[in-house]
Amino acid sequence: MMRTTLFRTLAAVVALGAAPLLEAAPIPPPLMHAPVNVADTASLQRGARDFMNYCMGCHELKYERWSRLGRDLKLGPRALRRLMFLQTKPYQMITNAMPKAEAIKFFGEAPPDLSVVASEKGADWIYTYLQSFYLDPSRPTGVNNLVFYNVAMPDPFWHMQGLRRAVFRRTGAHGTGARRFVRYVTVVPGSMPPAAFHRRVGNITNFLVYVANPDRLKAMALGIRVLVFLVLFTLFAYLLKREVWKDVHH
Amino acid sequence: MNERSLSSEAAPTGGGLLGWINARFPLTQLWRSQVSEYYAPKNFNFWYFFGSLALLVLVNQIVTGIFLAMSYQPNVHEAFASVQYIMRDVHWGWLIRYMHTTGASLFFVVVYLHMFRGLMYGSYKKPRELLWILGMLVYVCLMAEAFMGYLLPWGQMSYWGAEVITSLFGAIPWVGSSLVIWIRGDFGVTQATLDRFFALHVIAIPLLLLILVLMHLIALHQVGSNNPDGVEIHDHLDPKTGKPVDGIPFHPYYTVKDLFGVGVFLIIAAIIVFYAPSGGGLFIDPSNYQPANFMQTPPDIHPLWFFTPYYAILRSFPNKQFGVASLALSVLILFGLPWIDCHPVRSIRYRSWAYKAAVVLFAFTFITLGFIGEAPATLFWQRMGSGVALVYFLFFVVAWTYARRPTPRRLLLTLAAVLAVVGFLIWRFYLPSIAGLIWRTSLVPIVYALLFLLVPVFVPGLLRDRPVPDRVRMR
Repeated sequence: MMRTTLFRTLAAVVALGAAPLLEAAPIPPPLMHAPVNVADTASLQRGARDFMNYCMGCHELKYERWSRLGRDLKLGPRALRRLMFLQTKPYQMITNAMPKAEAIKFFGEAPPDLSVVASEKGADWIYTYLQSFYLDPSRPTGVNNLVFYNVAMPDPFWHMQGLRRAVFRRTGAHGTGARRFVRYVTVVPGSMPPAAFHRRVGNITNFLVYVANPDRLKAMALGIRVLVFLVLFTLFAYLLKREVWKDVHH
Repeated sequence: MNERSLSSEAAPTGGGLLGWINARFPLTQLWRSQVSEYYAPKNFNFWYFFGSLALLVLVNQIVTGIFLAMSYQPNVHEAFASVQYIMRDVHWGWLIRYMHTTGASLFFVVVYLHMFRGLMYGSYKKPRELLWILGMLVYVCLMAEAFMGYLLPWGQMSYWGAEVITSLFGAIPWVGSSLVIWIRGDFGVTQATLDRFFALHVIAIPLLLLILVLMHLIALHQVGSNNPDGVEIHDHLDPKTGKPVDGIPFHPYYTVKDLFGVGVFLIIAAIIVFYAPSGGGLFIDPSNYQPANFMQTPPDIHPLWFFTPYYAILRSFPNKQFGVASLALSVLILFGLPWIDCHPVRSIRYRSWAYKAAVVLFAFTFITLGFIGEAPATLFWQRMGSGVALVYFLFFVVAWTYARRPTPRRLLLTLAAVLAVVGFLIWRFYLPSIAGLIWRTSLVPIVYALLFLLVPVFVPGLLRDRPVPDRVRMR
């Protein structure tokens, strides 16, 4: 009994003290529409380049091979080699040098592998997430994210997008409800014009969509041929059925 | 030549290779008795495609499964990666895996339609009770097969799904907690669980499935197929040939018709496999693209779509024992269908309007439960689930009553019993804080019971069956 009371008091004190930290996630804006087209090889190539430059320090694509990437993205041996910071053999997997134990020390948890993240979260989520960072001094990284509240990841693109503050409005009659996102206010302008920045994030998203399902284009091309065959097969099966059933009297 | 055969109606052995075989194995005889001279009613409609389609999907699952097992690693550290290895490095691996995942969902589509056909045309009624029970055993095996297969990719939903479903056995009194450990082979879902689920998924249950499917077919060929009119074709034999007048040989009539059905079905399957393999999250859950993590419970655990109706029933009562018992009953009650609905008229075509409505509403109830099982486990959906789950069970009460001379007195007595049970459940799970919600969701079964048990008392015409024709009719 004594312990319960003590624990409750302690919990209440902690909860009060940490009130600004434990504030509920704000109501995020709707997801933006990602410009995904895995047939756009140029976009995939740029996405791959930017992924290797900005994401691969922490995140891996450990289920994808360099050789596969080179073949699918039409990168020659020299172009491919320029992307390979660590590995020397094209049959090796796309991995980085960050030890998992260290990563947990840096961020609190290891950055996830991103090979199939597009299948898990969806392209629109990735596209919006990467552009939804805002300044939040209560976070260890100095930034928070609207679609992934209290994410451990720092904003990798802050110098391109600029640093922004988020304006929220309280819902409810007396301003006691959840916080709803209203708009961003730029604090430090970014180095890239917004349209170019959107394109860059779009390319990275497109690249992640490709990596999650590298055989998608092949499947779509093969699907047409399979369907043409099946439609013909079904047509002949129908004609055969009609012929055989001619003598069944109603 | 010394001719020996298994039966007196042996096929002529003939010469050549076929003759050589026939002298040693009754090939021609089997072909004739089971296929080319197996007489099926001539009035099969759309609903009769799904038996042969289920067989097709079974073969697809076994063949693709064999190739998947060649590259899959049943190991908690490698299972997830081996699936990605299949998707990227194995030749045609992506196609084989998508055929297997799509096949699993389509198996249930086809089997549910096949079962609904049986319900509509009374295909479980005498003398087909055992045929129905064997089919139900196939269905239960299929559920076990799908559940165990879902653990193998070792994704988040695989892991937590297995965790939740195996823990259900803990609700069994006295032996529950030991049973859970016995099933898992460990205190949690671990390597031991993955090992045994893999063995059961690739060997034990497929073997059982094949044997049961064979028995289902043997039973079917013993009693003959039912048809949309529910009229026995063997009651009208041609005096000259001794064959059913309204029957046609399975081959070539139904082999070519089923071939057309196979074509249409494969077109649908190919569209899914090549263009929408995850089916918008219905066939492959997005959470399963994250490796299993026992430290992190996903915000919303739910099974794939084909189990969500049962999942809704499981969640509908705020009491584990009650939920698990309802879940078990919801499957077991289907075994009893031949004795619950023993009405002499087989086909829904000649049953009363009230029964027609009940059957259509039963299908609708099952689909609604599926949506509720897919919804987040909020208080509203849980209580709504209990209302709709009661309607699921009430169908069987209604079918039982309608099958046994439903006099006004019997209808009213049944209604009183149903209202007493609903009242008991309201009292048992009453919470003053959500009184409004409880009363509103309880209206669902109460209105259903009034519609099907009280209204016919005043409108007896609703319970009038139509005369069954002597012979089958073609439409």
